[in-house]
Amino acid sequence: MASHSPLRFKNRLFYALLAAGGLVVLMGAYAVHLMEDQGHIITGMNNQIVWGVPHVFAIFMIVAASGVLNVASIGSVFGKTIYKVRAPLAGLLSIALLSGGLTVLMLDLGRPERVIVAATHYNITSVFAWNVLLYTGMFSLVVIYLWTMMERRMNPWSKPAGLAVFAWRFILTTGTGLIFAFLTARQAYGSALLPPMFIVLSFAWGLAVFHVVQTVIYAWNEKTLDPAILQRKKNLLGVFVIGSLYMVATYHMTNLYFAHQTGFERFILLDGGVYPGLFWWGYIVFGNLLPLLLIYVPGLGKTRCVMAASLLAILGGFALLYVFIIGGQAYPLNIFPGYQASSSFGDGQIAAYQPSRYEFMLGFGGLAIAFIITTVSVRVLNFMPQDKPYIAD
Amino acid sequence: MSDTNVQRRQFLKTSVGAAAVAIAPGMLLFDMAHGKSEAVSSKVRWGMLIDTANCADGCNDCVTACNKENGLSGGLSPTDSQWIRKVELKDMRSGREVSLPMMCQHCEHPPCVDVCPTGASFKRADGIVLVDKHICIGCRYCMMACPYKARSFVHEPLHDQKPDVPRGKGTVESCTMCVHRVDNGQQPACAEACPNKSILFGNLNDPDSEISRKIRTVASTQVRADLGLNTGIRYQGI
Repeated sequence: MASHSPLRFKNRLFYALLAAGGLVVLMGAYAVHLMEDQGHIITGMNNQIVWGVPHVFAIFMIVAASGVLNVASIGSVFGKTIYKVRAPLAGLLSIALLSGGLTVLMLDLGRPERVIVAATHYNITSVFAWNVLLYTGMFSLVVIYLWTMMERRMNPWSKPAGLAVFAWRFILTTGTGLIFAFLTARQAYGSALLPPMFIVLSFAWGLAVFHVVQTVIYAWNEKTLDPAILQRKKNLLGVFVIGSLYMVATYHMTNLYFAHQTGFERFILLDGGVYPGLFWWGYIVFGNLLPLLLIYVPGLGKTRCVMAASLLAILGGFALLYVFIIGGQAYPLNIFPGYQASSSFGDGQIAAYQPSRYEFMLGFGGLAIAFIITTVSVRVLNFMPQDKPYIAD
Repeated sequence: MSDTNVQRRQFLKTSVGAAAVAIAPGMLLFDMAHGKSEAVSSKVRWGMLIDTANCADGCNDCVTACNKENGLSGGLSPTDSQWIRKVELKDMRSGREVSLPMMCQHCEHPPCVDVCPTGASFKRADGIVLVDKHICIGCRYCMMACPYKARSFVHEPLHDQKPDVPRGKGTVESCTMCVHRVDNGQQPACAEACPNKSILFGNLNDPDSEISRKIRTVASTQVRADLGLNTGIRYQGI
């Protein structure tokens, strides 16, 4: 009987975790109800900062949903076995993150009950409208991809499905970057560098999320990941973190070079209050340098270090998006170049933004949706990576 | 004539009469609801020329008139709608000061219309840029895209709306160039209210209109002309 009790404990723990996730979802639903009833006045968003914390959560999840599929692509498209056995888990995480992110994005709308209008009235020139197709297409493709992998008879189709997903997620993250790249008038956005930057960021964030989930699943099942596999995957995370750092640095460097952009860069990097702090400490130090140390310093780089590095990279992602989305709006729009402007509508002034608890409730509600989808699926279906003894390929 | 024929004629007459009585009020209401049967045409392009030299520093009459006409609260908090605002400018090199009203510039190529996912942001044939409150989902992408910060989002429930100016909580709104007045042959409220006649409203497509003649003779600029949006609002003196 005694040998049964750990199992029973785990069973209870599973339901407790599920209940906790459900509670967070409920909190999110409550926040949405209040926002519906009283309007966005209860959030910190206003006419100057029109996109706030919910967008930070939503965009992180959508970008990570695309990046996590990298694991699957390396397996299906490039034929690497250790990644192939992880492709189903990657697909599941992609669906979970996409569901969470899109839910947040949709429920933050001024009129979420009209979301169906986005399907019935379609403006062909809007990158938002393209994204509606990209998101739903990605969702369906990943479901098909999972089916080809998990249903033995469909296995021959998994390579073409993987290839389709591979192409689709590049276009999807390009679309996410374009949302900002098409904003010509704003100093922070309107750069062709943003779509590739978002793609590289998605690699790092997606892999970090994958590492966290994989580590938890292995620990739950009392298994250890083959150190050789861990070694390869942590190195890949390191390369992605360096890649994203490079893209972010290039984005700021090009801005610094343009005389008309130096004011904005000064604000974000030096004297913009909370934003430079979040950028340097949150993104650069905790989101990049520390993870790189944890990965590459000799003697570190073991399971716990990689787990910590992944969690830090995720937090860094949130910090970067906060600076990018909210800091980018806080810096005043240059409507009259060469003039100093002031008005009752915030012209020429740094916009103030104090996120409210409802925004965080909505954001965490989205994360909890992703958590519940993942937890339940991992329990009822076989998403556990089944490694053969490791042979380098 | 046989009895059957008379009866049939009687029946047809009564039916036609009843049908007319049933349809007439509907037709009348339909006409009333649709106002003028004539559609707006691209032969007209409504625009404004604003003379900043005449625009008095500290005068807020255009803003007050707009708020009154469109049923806006006039509040100045960051969540309140401001369809028109006075902007005070100071030339960073010479120190010259200018005061001017800023509102939706009614672009020929409006970025808000390009980015709107549902097509709620649209441009009428006569150049007026509007938001269809029935299909706006409140995503605020147009506010991100507008180079002029011309748009506001309705953050709170609304009360006592003007019948001619429908608004809606959770949707985006901006200057309509007082489309309900323009369609009745009147001027926008701001142009009418300006004590110095600094706002000249008219048809940019008519070479003989006062605004076109003035634009031909005085130097005028479009705000952020570098963006190539060809705004309907032009300014003198900046």
